[in-house]
Amino acid sequence: MSRLNINKTYKLYIGGKFPRTESGRYYPVYNKKGSLIANMCLASRKDFRNAVVAARKAQGSWAGVSALNKGQILYRIAEMLEGRRDQFIEELILQGSTKKEAETEVDLSIDRLVYYAGWSDKYQQFFSTVNPVSSAHFNFTAMEPTGIVSAVAPEQQGLLGLVSVIAPVIVGGNSIVILASEGKALSAISFSEVLNSSDVPGGVVNILTGKKEELIPHIASHMDVNAMIYCGDDQNKIKSIQELASNNVKRTIIYKKSSWNDSNNESPYFIEKTLEAKTTWHPVKV
Amino acid sequence: MTKRKNPFAASWTYEPAPESTDHIQIKKKYDLFINGEFIKPQNNKYFETVNPANDEKIAEVALAESEDVNKAVKAARNAFKGWSALEPKERGKYIYRIARLIQERAREFAVIESLDGGKPIRESRDIDIPLAANHFFYYAGWADKLEYAFPNRKAKPLGVAGQIIPWNFPLLMAAWKLAPALATGNTVVLKPAETTPLTALKLAEIIRDSGIPKGVVNIITGAGKTGAEIVNHPDIDKISFTGSTAVGKYIQKAVAGTPKKITLELGGKSANIIFEDAAIDQAVNGVIDAIFFNQGHVCCAGSRLFIQESVADTVIQKLKDRMSTLIVGDPLDKNTDIGAINSKRQLKTIENYIKIGINEGGEIYQTDCKLPKKGNWCAPTLFLNLSQSHKIVQEEIFGPVLAIQTFRTIDEVVEKANNTPYGLAAGVWTQKGAKIFYLTQKLKAGVIWANTFNKFDATSPFGGYKESGFGREGGLHGLKPYVKFE
Repeated sequence: MSRLNINKTYKLYIGGKFPRTESGRYYPVYNKKGSLIANMCLASRKDFRNAVVAARKAQGSWAGVSALNKGQILYRIAEMLEGRRDQFIEELILQGSTKKEAETEVDLSIDRLVYYAGWSDKYQQFFSTVNPVSSAHFNFTAMEPTGIVSAVAPEQQGLLGLVSVIAPVIVGGNSIVILASEGKALSAISFSEVLNSSDVPGGVVNILTGKKEELIPHIASHMDVNAMIYCGDDQNKIKSIQELASNNVKRTIIYKKSSWNDSNNESPYFIEKTLEAKTTWHPVKV
Repeated sequence: MTKRKNPFAASWTYEPAPESTDHIQIKKKYDLFINGEFIKPQNNKYFETVNPANDEKIAEVALAESEDVNKAVKAARNAFKGWSALEPKERGKYIYRIARLIQERAREFAVIESLDGGKPIRESRDIDIPLAANHFFYYAGWADKLEYAFPNRKAKPLGVAGQIIPWNFPLLMAAWKLAPALATGNTVVLKPAETTPLTALKLAEIIRDSGIPKGVVNIITGAGKTGAEIVNHPDIDKISFTGSTAVGKYIQKAVAGTPKKITLELGGKSANIIFEDAAIDQAVNGVIDAIFFNQGHVCCAGSRLFIQESVADTVIQKLKDRMSTLIVGDPLDKNTDIGAINSKRQLKTIENYIKIGINEGGEIYQTDCKLPKKGNWCAPTLFLNLSQSHKIVQEEIFGPVLAIQTFRTIDEVVEKANNTPYGLAAGVWTQKGAKIFYLTQKLKAGVIWANTFNKFDATSPFGGYKESGFGREGGLHGLKPYVKFE
């Protein structure tokens, strides 16, 4: 007699825990042949708001984690992902990728995490300045996290797109609430298991699954979110996001790219997008 | 009982020392500066600019309407190709020229700035005008060095920049916006505020005299409606705005869904924090600079003062003493500390906030200085007995009104200081180094002044967190808002 598989229940990832959506709703995801692969949580506005609360709670202490330590945590995420490489490849194939595509996507995701892990204790030196003011003051500008970032992950490349958005945001000391690819949501929730076993403090990364149509207005308008990333090229959505963002002068970042494969998709300039320059003055005369 | 002696009081009195206005030239009527020349507005409409210190009309200024905005944008667009293709070194030389021409005419500019805007001549002479020249001088040098500003990226100009500036630092804000835009190869349509257009129009003369190609800089005058025409113009690539958070939000919304890039430098309600281990006299003077500089018409004004409880009585007494020595009056007098409120409208806003402060139970203190009969004036004011929920603690007043609260612990004051939608600046007064760095890390603001306040420099990035806007002006960081990567 063959053994019956244990299927995974895909839930949300909020504040380092895996709750079901408070709404009790779901949406089915099918494979190419049309058979059900999973029932995903259909996250609600309330789930999003809970995630923002968790993100706010975590952000201050995450920003205070040393650069070296943040780098090691990002590297640890890469290690954990590498260890589950086969599982992620299989899951991507299940969601419609070819074997080659799936392998490339997982490998690039791991490498991208290592790439940003390395920037952790370097971007500050790259973007900061000591400013030679004319008066008798010591004056320097250092970079700080913007705070809470909300994001809509790329619809394609459910793993690589997600990782490419999350990594530069958190290495900068921000926390993030990200809505996973609607059609390729499985890898996002499996990735949250990787995060959960990588010493990433709960609440630094929060992952939701659900409908863009329903959640984007809340993601864009929340008054305690400081910046929003939208991946996609729906011009109407971009307009409405940017309009809603103006309610609290939210920074908006739009990525229209359809592939995150090549090395143009990683640079410290991605980190800079969710950083703020802070300038400090002090007299030097006694 | 003998009267207590004010330790800050001088043992002498000041005679009037007005700056001469003989050497300045102001025309009766100013046209729009478009495509290198002054031209009449399409509809031939003009508005008055008045001296806020005596309500007298200084000049008439053209009102730019939609056809005029169109003309200015077209001129900037036509000039863009040549200007952006010009050898960067040569581009820089034009900007150096502008810096030099401002320096040569600095005194004239200072007097006009004080006449038109009401700020004390001491400030326009020693701060506004020299800093404006410095900004051009600083960014001129960047023009041919941009590959060092953005390693591994090729920076290209955005195109035509629409720049809308406020009335509190008219020439300085024009310089903050023009210099980096020009250095990076953009062309510009700039609109000064309707109450303070004169130094921008004088700057137009300098720009013409500099020989910079026609249409690279266009300066048009008008009020909010003209600004909206710029914001909504389809052939503008970049909007840079300094002003209120309400208008900033409007602009952010208006450009939503368009390819326009924006920089917003908006309002603030900056915290100024005095610890018990501060050098108290130095801190008291810092508080005066923080809130009464430029009549409090400063987006980064230290308008919320937090004093550690153990020294609160001492600090408040010293503050009152020091306030009572401030000279309020003729902006052109070299001894004046606080000049005229910029406009009737702004005076009304301030007076309304003072009323609200009293009605909500705040304890008001104003110095009994003599205010001139004509013009717009407000005595230096402070409020005690306030909590976080008071309106004058929450909202930007943009006048010489200080809201004072006390605190016991460092965590408490960090919490209170950050409890605002704004995040422009903050001040910290303590002699303990570790405390300074702890506070600078914890305070959510773009500029932190430690044991000083309201200092500015061309090399020093300025700009806010949260609802105080985004993008930086000044320094290396000030280049970024005007470029895109190839």
